[in-house]
Amino acid sequence: MATGVLVVAEQRNGAIRKVSWEVLSEGKRLADQLGEELVAVLMGGDGISSHAEALGQWGAKRVFVAEAPELADYRTNPYARVVVQVAKQLEPRIILMGASSTGKDLAPRVAARLGVGMLSDCVGFELRDGVLVGRRPMYAGKLYAYVACKAVPQMATLRPNVFPKIEPDPFMKAEVVKVEVQFEESDLRTKVIELREEAGGRPDLTEAEIIVSGGRGMKGPENFAMLETLADLLGGTVGASRAAVDAGWRPQSDQVGQTGKVVTPNLYIACGISGSIQHLAGMGTSKVIVAINKDPDAPIFQKADYGVVDDLFKVVPPLIEEVRKLKAE
Amino acid sequence: MEIVALMKQVPDTETQIKVNPQGTWIIEDDIKWIMNPYCEFGVEEALRTKEKHGGTVTIVSIGPARAVEAIRTALAMGADKAIHVDDPALVGTTDSLGKARILAKILQSIPFDIIFAGKQAIDDDMAQVGPAVAELLGIPQLTFVNGLEWIDGRTVRVNRQVEGGSQVIECSLPVLITCQKGLNEPRYASLPGIMKAKKKPLETKNLAALGLDPAQVGKEGDTTEILRVELPPPRKPGKIVDGETPEEKAAKLAKLLREEAKVI
Repeated sequence: MATGVLVVAEQRNGAIRKVSWEVLSEGKRLADQLGEELVAVLMGGDGISSHAEALGQWGAKRVFVAEAPELADYRTNPYARVVVQVAKQLEPRIILMGASSTGKDLAPRVAARLGVGMLSDCVGFELRDGVLVGRRPMYAGKLYAYVACKAVPQMATLRPNVFPKIEPDPFMKAEVVKVEVQFEESDLRTKVIELREEAGGRPDLTEAEIIVSGGRGMKGPENFAMLETLADLLGGTVGASRAAVDAGWRPQSDQVGQTGKVVTPNLYIACGISGSIQHLAGMGTSKVIVAINKDPDAPIFQKADYGVVDDLFKVVPPLIEEVRKLKAE
Repeated sequence: MEIVALMKQVPDTETQIKVNPQGTWIIEDDIKWIMNPYCEFGVEEALRTKEKHGGTVTIVSIGPARAVEAIRTALAMGADKAIHVDDPALVGTTDSLGKARILAKILQSIPFDIIFAGKQAIDDDMAQVGPAVAELLGIPQLTFVNGLEWIDGRTVRVNRQVEGGSQVIECSLPVLITCQKGLNEPRYASLPGIMKAKKKPLETKNLAALGLDPAQVGKEGDTTEILRVELPPPRKPGKIVDGETPEEKAAKLAKLLREEAKVI
């Protein structure tokens, strides 16, 4: 009988990605509720097994490690082969991954190979007689659905930045199980040429705790420099509305909204963004929302916890100074 | 070259979503239906591929009778022909795997070198059909692609968007690519295009005609089930930060964020 929760840990350049701790934390909560085991699978190039211990401290009782040069960079098919092999050996009740660029690519491929449906981008879970029910946004968050998995293994991906992390226990130790995997030529048809880092050291929008975002009211690309200053002071990142992206002021990867990224930071500061329905859908679940806009009727104020009705060019510079003072305290 | 674009019709992004009284699904009356914006990038890239290498662009779409409008739009943009799947057994299906099985079945019956799809449909936001189709066909997938160049007539090099950057990947055909904003600027259908589209071949098939069992790919065969839907909870009313000067407002805001919201 299927039992246990299998979490697919994610790494880039040999470092575990933050979303993996969130997925492990939720995996542990579900495993504890079921009274079953939490297991992790970790894939990477030479030396990746050194992280297995850390995964144990986050609650994994066993860590399956596949270490091979073919797994150094994320690629769909080599990774799918490992996960499917481990899933067939373990027969878990539940398989969880992050809804990251990796998990969103890998999970549906694995689900199709296992012949089961899956729930994408969940923001909450409950167990009903062992059946996993996920709460997930649709229409970029204009609607939430409670969806049950009717086939086993029950698979889901978890939206980054939503699930609270547990405290790792330094005394917990996992059993490390080495995975021997044989790749076929068909697994290796894609070749990773390079990984380009483009965010200038700032966190990605989907992972950022704080986002300072600008819209049409920014008037031009040069004015985003002050948003970057504020974001850097706060340890956050910069986002943009579709208007700012379509005007060519910001790269497409900065776009927040229904045809951009859906974000859930602790703090979202919207500067000169009126708040189209598509934009509000993309940032409406941020924990705290600040809107700075000179138009008191802008729809963004209906979502804002704190609204400043004024010219952003007069508010943002003193705000930077105030934050600098607070950070210096 | 045989080029395929998978396409879905979805509610316009402007749509205000309303829930039915039973809380089981949305109210679909008064919705304006459009081609999924990410599928538009796929159709455009399919057309550019044909312009570069020659060949045929085939649109494949699953949906009720209304989906024909979006299919005609793709034909008006320049696609050559289309296959449309419509069957009463598909009403209310929620399972991406079932849809992928239908699309894979069609693709197994027609030649293809490259398949384009949207990175996700903006209605259910599942982002599963592309990878699942690639798996069922046993071909590689390249997802979230926002840049593509041809190395030669049989090899593509793509930019795949990842957190904080991109992965540059090369792959030979056949391959399935899911398209992200930034890949291209989709063209508008021209008036002559719209006239021509009316005469282009558009075949509508049901599951029986495809040799598929509704118990496997229809509502009955779903491996996921929507139990309930709801609108997002309303946010608690916010406050306007007042002050005589912008400096005063900025100081007050910073204080509130630190002491009340505790987020900075």
